[in-house]
Amino acid sequence: MLGSIWAIFLKDLKSELRTRYALNALIMFVVVTISMLLFATAGEVLSAELLSGLLWVVIFFSAMSGLSRTFVSEEDRGTVIFLQLSARPSVVYFGKLLFNLILIFGINFFVVLAYFLTMENFKVRSFDVFLVALILGGMGLASTSTIIAAIIAKANTKGTLYPVLSFPILLPLLITAINMTQLSIEGASLAETIGHLRILFSYFFVVIIASYLLFDYIWKE
Amino acid sequence: MEFKLIGKDIRKSFGRLLVFDSVNFELGIGSSLAIAGRNGSGKSTLVKIIAGLLSPSSGEVIYQIDGKKIDKLEWFKYVGFVAPYLQLYDEFTGYENIEILAKIRGLRNYKEKINQILELVNLYSRRNDLVRGYSSGMKQRLKYACALLHEPTVLILDEPTSNLDSEGVEMVWALAEKQRKNGILIVATNEPEELQMCDDVINLDELKQKVKNQIVR
Repeated sequence: MLGSIWAIFLKDLKSELRTRYALNALIMFVVVTISMLLFATAGEVLSAELLSGLLWVVIFFSAMSGLSRTFVSEEDRGTVIFLQLSARPSVVYFGKLLFNLILIFGINFFVVLAYFLTMENFKVRSFDVFLVALILGGMGLASTSTIIAAIIAKANTKGTLYPVLSFPILLPLLITAINMTQLSIEGASLAETIGHLRILFSYFFVVIIASYLLFDYIWKE
Repeated sequence: MEFKLIGKDIRKSFGRLLVFDSVNFELGIGSSLAIAGRNGSGKSTLVKIIAGLLSPSSGEVIYQIDGKKIDKLEWFKYVGFVAPYLQLYDEFTGYENIEILAKIRGLRNYKEKINQILELVNLYSRRNDLVRGYSSGMKQRLKYACALLHEPTVLILDEPTSNLDSEGVEMVWALAEKQRKNGILIVATNEPEELQMCDDVINLDELKQKVKNQIVR
């Protein structure tokens, strides 16, 4: 089973590197969004708290523009049957999840790098808390985005449906991740954010288990 | 090992539109079934149901070994499927497409097998070309390679000779003959000649008429 999951992940990775189906769009999206933020706030001094919220706005919309493509591209190209006839649904789900995890970590790295370079007031005091918030927030985003992408892939209005469906489900995750990012700016220690860590961990595992149980029904038909 | 594929009172409707009703069959190793009917009669829908890609509105399809039902999630291990609406990955080469499939299926020592299959479908010389550059006939041959890679017990062919040249058609007939002896062959077609690939025929138009007559009575 692990070999099959890895094979699906590698297929998606190789396909992405060849087609740049999501990668180019994501990079452009991040560049445009941060530029827009800079133009909109030109001359204003933004507080670090506000910047930490805006950071997750950029991450959320970047994820929305890229993470759905793992399933949407299969549906658009008609290769869904190829996968349906080659593996158990759960194998496909975990293969796609793994790909989305790597993609979201890539997005996060790029967004944070761009953010540090352009936002002067964004100064993180506790890097460990910040890093954990990014990793766990990314994991939650990837897990939710993967299952929602599978649901909306068959719809005609995928583009609009994706963020609309994802937002309410991602809200608890986003609020917790934003709070944790604010705490990292204030210099809180990891021990002080234990409540947030529990929420982020639980969120990830609950979504993964629910997705595992539901995916069989979503995937076929 | 006694393998059986059974269809019991299969009915499919999309909303109010009844596609077919009361489809019954029982197939064992060495048997074959052709599904005939005009365009829109539901041939592709029925083969999708048999392959586990769609669920019937009522009735059931059963895969069983020695009287024991096989979980629907495991059907893919027994099924080889070729159809015009089955698409391959354009950005990969023919070889890569089959290699990906072999890895996803968890096959071992597949390299030799892939080469053999590519030779069988006459694509060996073009194995390193991107599928994007293949003609529709070559893509159809590659679909056969993908379907046969794991030596399926049940081979389902929807419009088996579409896009193929005369040499390709001969290849399909030879494959169908072999499958009919060693496994189960299901062919959905509206070509009268291709119905001869199989021993039994289900005509969905006739079946629909029969059901209508029963309702009128």
